[in-house]
Amino acid sequence: MSAVPSLDAPDRRARRRRTPGSQAPGPLASQIGLWVLLACAAVLALAGLFPGLLAPGDPLAVDPAQAFQAPGWSHPFGTDESGRNVFTRVVHGAGPSLFIGVAATVLGVGLGAVLGLLTGLGRRWLDAAGSRLIDAMLAFPTLLLALLLIAVRGPGVAGVVVAVGLSSAPGYARLLRAEVRRVSRSGHVEAARMLGHSPLRIVVRHVLPGALGPLLAVATLGLGQAIVWSSALGYLGLGAPPPAPEWGAMLNAGRTYVTSAWWMTVFPGLAIVAVGVVATLLGRRLSAHLAGRSAGG
Amino acid sequence: MATATVHRRRPWRPVLIRLGGALVALWLVATVAFGVLQLLPGDPAEAALGGPGSQASAEALQAAREQYGLDRALPVQYLAYLGRVLTGDLGTSYSHRAPVTEVMAPLIGPTLTLAVLALLCAWLLALGTAMVATGTSRLAARVASAVEIVASVLPGFWLASVLIIVFATHLGWFPPVSDATPRGLVLPVLSLAVPLAGYLSQTMREAMLTALDSPFALAARTRGETRGGLRVRHALRHGLVPGINLSGWSFGYLISGAVVIETVFARPGLGRSLVSAVTSRDVPLVLGVTLFAALGYVLVTMAADALTAAVDTRGAS
Repeated sequence: MSAVPSLDAPDRRARRRRTPGSQAPGPLASQIGLWVLLACAAVLALAGLFPGLLAPGDPLAVDPAQAFQAPGWSHPFGTDESGRNVFTRVVHGAGPSLFIGVAATVLGVGLGAVLGLLTGLGRRWLDAAGSRLIDAMLAFPTLLLALLLIAVRGPGVAGVVVAVGLSSAPGYARLLRAEVRRVSRSGHVEAARMLGHSPLRIVVRHVLPGALGPLLAVATLGLGQAIVWSSALGYLGLGAPPPAPEWGAMLNAGRTYVTSAWWMTVFPGLAIVAVGVVATLLGRRLSAHLAGRSAGG
Repeated sequence: MATATVHRRRPWRPVLIRLGGALVALWLVATVAFGVLQLLPGDPAEAALGGPGSQASAEALQAAREQYGLDRALPVQYLAYLGRVLTGDLGTSYSHRAPVTEVMAPLIGPTLTLAVLALLCAWLLALGTAMVATGTSRLAARVASAVEIVASVLPGFWLASVLIIVFATHLGWFPPVSDATPRGLVLPVLSLAVPLAGYLSQTMREAMLTALDSPFALAARTRGETRGGLRVRHALRHGLVPGINLSGWSFGYLISGAVVIETVFARPGLGRSLVSAVTSRDVPLVLGVTLFAALGYVLVTMAADALTAAVDTRGAS
């Protein structure tokens, strides 16, 4: 804080916004950051699709003599209560965990898109009714809605996907409604209307392309959240059944031994955090790119 | 704002519309909750008598159905339910054999204490991080920005477990189980607050940067405002707006978080009893907690709207 006020500050801010200095240092470092980010995403995708390449062992192989081993050379993340290799399980858990998150996000975006388009483009009464429905859905805290649905469907992966997807839908719906309305009012849509194009053509060709970009960026951010919430349900014991290498289920198993075998809790959680960070950074890049400016983070 | 003139002529109208919307949302919530719980597997009369293991006789089941009105047609049950909700009667909890309101009453306090403390803590953390992130030190700004992102994706229950491992098991500073003492509240509050702070800080920082970019910031500087003063006295106010706007969402987040955090720390509260109510199929209690959370969401959202209007003077002419 300088005692003597100088007028360069707002100017500096303006520069900072163009090449956002508070987050991204410059074009080159920003490029490097992007490649590092993409590399991380590639490793996660690899773990999800071909876990055997990163961890050749069997995630279900039991070895009671090796139970509760602390992290070491032969098992970098330690072993669990049955002597299973936690590192192998975390790598093999990427598949199921990412699948649950992606499936829930796709479901949420799909439902949200239907609701958002109906309210954003529909007649006034449809908008009013749909918006109240969205409000009502938003009033259910995420986990409460999920618990209700899981109580109906019973615990399991399908229940978690539906629960998390459904509870994320109103957020996407509201975003798409706002985006559709914003784009509908813009000049090029007005021009298309003047040219006498059919409403359907205007929606498909002019409104949707403008509105889907922000939705995609937010969905990428939402993927991290979907994985966090589904792991919370797994932690409560409502997700994948115990021996399965799924991060939420592993955390549920680690809960009993939290004071004695910390590695059973720490490493699956770190994997969730890693996915969340990568998804958030990708989502930010995407929305910054769509907003027509470079940004890092 | 385009609606400013309308507001001036009929100031009560937007308030009424909002109130009506909130009531409709609450009605839908009650309807959805009732509908969902009708789909639960198992016989609610059996659940009322202690679950499938209770070996209840056919007469006892019939008596329970009559007692709880389960033998009546669904629309009748629904209307009766809505009527009772309006008069503040949320029915009788199957598992506690007591009125739902009576079961919930002692649990609301602990959960709200946890949520309010976590909200305060999250606001302080978020404002602090946002101030650093908009500051003049580039390094500090980048670190703050990274901390924000990591914080926002931390699963609260995992953070809670890690905090227990570090501060309860190894250092012994705080108890691993949340008791009534203030020390027992520290870890649960932090576990709830940190992820929320990550979110709030991101939106607050955006709003503050936009404010610092705007002409009024330059005007304030020409009047002799220091850079720090500009942030504290001018940008901060703009940073508060998105934080207040997110209050309803924050409430939902805290209630969801409380469900897991109360379970981790074995802390009595609405969240933990909701989990046990869902597993024991205690329909009235689940409905009660859900309605309470939705009512809280609607009230907090309305209060936040009013507060936004007070803090954000852009709409006023």
